[in-house]
Amino acid sequence: MKSITENPVYKFLLFPIGQILIFALGASVVLSLVTVLLAFIFKFNVTDFDLVERTMLILPQVVINGVTIGFVYATIALGYTMVYGVLEFINFSHSEIFMVGGIVGIQLMAYFEHIGTLATMNEYLVIALAIILAMVVSGSLAVVVERLAYKPLRGAPKLVPLISAIGMSFFLQDIVRLILSLTTGEFNVILPKFGTFDEFWKLAVPGMEDPLRIQIKSAIMVGVAVLMLVGLNYLVNGTKVGKAIRAVAQDRPSASLMGINVNQIISITFLVGGTLGGAAGVLFALKATKLDPFSGFFPGLKAFTSAVLGGIGNLTGALLGGLVLGLLESFAASYLGIFTNGAFGAEYKDIFAFAILILVLIFRPSGLLGQTVGQKA
Amino acid sequence: MNKRLLALLSLLVVASMALAACGGGAAPATEAPAEEPAATEAPATEAAATEEAAASMGTIKIATQSPLSGGQSLLGVAIKQGAELALEQLGGDLAAMGYDVQLAPYDDQATPDVGVANAKNIVADSEILCGVGHLNSGVMIPSSEEYHTANLAFVSPANTNPVVTTRGYLEVNRVVGRDDVQAPAAEEFAFTTLGAKSVYIIHDKTAYGQGVAEFFRGAAEEDGLEIVAFEGTEETANFDAIVTPLVAAQPDVVFFAGIYNQAGVFFKQARDAGYEGTFMGTDGMDASDLADIAGDALTTGGGMYYTTVAGPASAYAAAAQFAADYEAKFGATPEPFAAQAYDSMAVCLAAIKAAAEAAGGTPSRLQVAEAVRQVSIEGLTGAIAFDDIGDLPTAQYFILKVNGATKDTWNTNEIVEILEVASPGKGE
Repeated sequence: MKSITENPVYKFLLFPIGQILIFALGASVVLSLVTVLLAFIFKFNVTDFDLVERTMLILPQVVINGVTIGFVYATIALGYTMVYGVLEFINFSHSEIFMVGGIVGIQLMAYFEHIGTLATMNEYLVIALAIILAMVVSGSLAVVVERLAYKPLRGAPKLVPLISAIGMSFFLQDIVRLILSLTTGEFNVILPKFGTFDEFWKLAVPGMEDPLRIQIKSAIMVGVAVLMLVGLNYLVNGTKVGKAIRAVAQDRPSASLMGINVNQIISITFLVGGTLGGAAGVLFALKATKLDPFSGFFPGLKAFTSAVLGGIGNLTGALLGGLVLGLLESFAASYLGIFTNGAFGAEYKDIFAFAILILVLIFRPSGLLGQTVGQKA
Repeated sequence: MNKRLLALLSLLVVASMALAACGGGAAPATEAPAEEPAATEAPATEAAATEEAAASMGTIKIATQSPLSGGQSLLGVAIKQGAELALEQLGGDLAAMGYDVQLAPYDDQATPDVGVANAKNIVADSEILCGVGHLNSGVMIPSSEEYHTANLAFVSPANTNPVVTTRGYLEVNRVVGRDDVQAPAAEEFAFTTLGAKSVYIIHDKTAYGQGVAEFFRGAAEEDGLEIVAFEGTEETANFDAIVTPLVAAQPDVVFFAGIYNQAGVFFKQARDAGYEGTFMGTDGMDASDLADIAGDALTTGGGMYYTTVAGPASAYAAAAQFAADYEAKFGATPEPFAAQAYDSMAVCLAAIKAAAEAAGGTPSRLQVAEAVRQVSIEGLTGAIAFDDIGDLPTAQYFILKVNGATKDTWNTNEIVEILEVASPGKGE
């Protein structure tokens, strides 16, 4: 008799979606509770207004902001964590792969605008096309980068490919800058205006004065990210290629002896990571509305942090790490100023978020979900 | 297999190095041969008699430093091009005296470190006698320490932070007003004209942005304007977390002290999220790209106002011809600060000429720096003469209202108020 865990619908659809839901809800609830508790503690410190009331007023919006950016971090973080799982080195050029995806996506939309079809096309189709193109370009770029900059260093000490990755990151930034200045002459790449993504769904919540406002593009960001995560889960855990990836991650020489083409699997890993990065680039571009050749650096750094926070090499960990970091950042930026009466503003959000990160890593050095690569990947 | 890859990789490295060499070498390469055409061109426009003299007096260079690459390059390139045009149109006097006057443009990338490194380079080049720059006060202040040590005069077309001149350096001058006037003027406008009761102040954590924001806060506290928050941020993409409390508080005015490329994204996201009041900013907002980035966030709700020390071309009678010449030469309408850069270059040229006449030969840097303080010319943007710390005795300040949501309508922004305010001097 087959148990329910063997049922493919459960294993590849319900389980991962449930896991994502639990992570998102759990992290949101924990942080919200801590915040409300802090609001009661600091209540006597703030006399101008009722701190608890002000806290509750913006809480749902803060959670939504955090979850949205958290999913983007998670999608990028998967690229770092997959490569780490297989090769045990940090691919620092992944932030540029992500940036290239975003810029390619915007350029496609700008092209549609240029030929005049943007206004008449279905807006979701435009986004889907932009994401697909970005995935193709970023995926191929990641494979090319691996071939040129990492493969020749396969046997070298671990620091060597790391330096090569940092070099590649600078190289890609300036190549993109060169290409942009030669073709468009502009430094900023600006998302053309189209569709209704800037609008909000207003959800009336009982007991609240203002309706909950969910921007349509936030919903798209979360939706596409979830789709990517579920797809990746299926690829890694449900296909032969995924099995091969896990085998290479666990023990490369043995995998090679079993007839797995290790180089090919490593290329596929980069392809998948780059593809996810490209899609995340377009999602981020939707939100940021403006990218430049250096835009990849900070989201990339945050995503890398998410991967470490969740447990580097662990795919589920990257998801959880991204969500937690996104929420932490959002809470810190929105509440620091209110709680401290303006003494610490949103500018300290990164210090705050990273201080918590350091605390977590002191008590759990291998990250929230641990580093075990092969078993959980 | 490995050898082939290695060969490929080294080929790539060589190729990229060659490419880099081309990129870096292009500027000097085009500058160097310019010596000959300049020498032959000068007599064509000037008297033929200067031909022999042209060979004898040597080369004078005038540096420009501004961001030529990166997110603020729109304004930085305008500074370089304004100076270039001035050199072309007004350099005749020095050419007639036998000097070959050249432009030495430097890219400070809007970064203090790069600015200081360039400044060391500029100071080391003994042919450079005067300079025009920078765009960013945060870059000008440390770089000018180098100019000060070397007695090299610099005329700033754009730096508004008071510290630029209040250090009292002989070498540092500016043809624009100051933030300690500009920001209180903006606050006065928000409080009196717009009738605002609450304000949200946000800055970009640079010397310029934070300086402006603090002057604004000071003035707001005096007037009893409620300050909802005072934030600094380096974020450039996702302002959600800042916008959420802002939208909940709905202040009458949001004052952004910073540069357009960051502010545009913030304005757009704040408006999208439901902020309905008025956006305000200072001269860092004055670039047509702001309208491209922020779109109709600038015209909906309470709209957008900004103060500036560099008025639009329509504010200056003499600037119409300049705008036409600029467009003919560079194929683009002049962005803000281009006319100011033109005037800064004019000051440099006039000072070098006066110093050269007084010295009876190529003047020293100190002589040029002293001559800059004596200059009194009628520039595009009005009469230019400097007080004892290098400020204009009276500077103009403009308050403008954004009229359109696209790049093309930026030049139609309406002047709401023009103030003439005397320089506050060195302060306490």
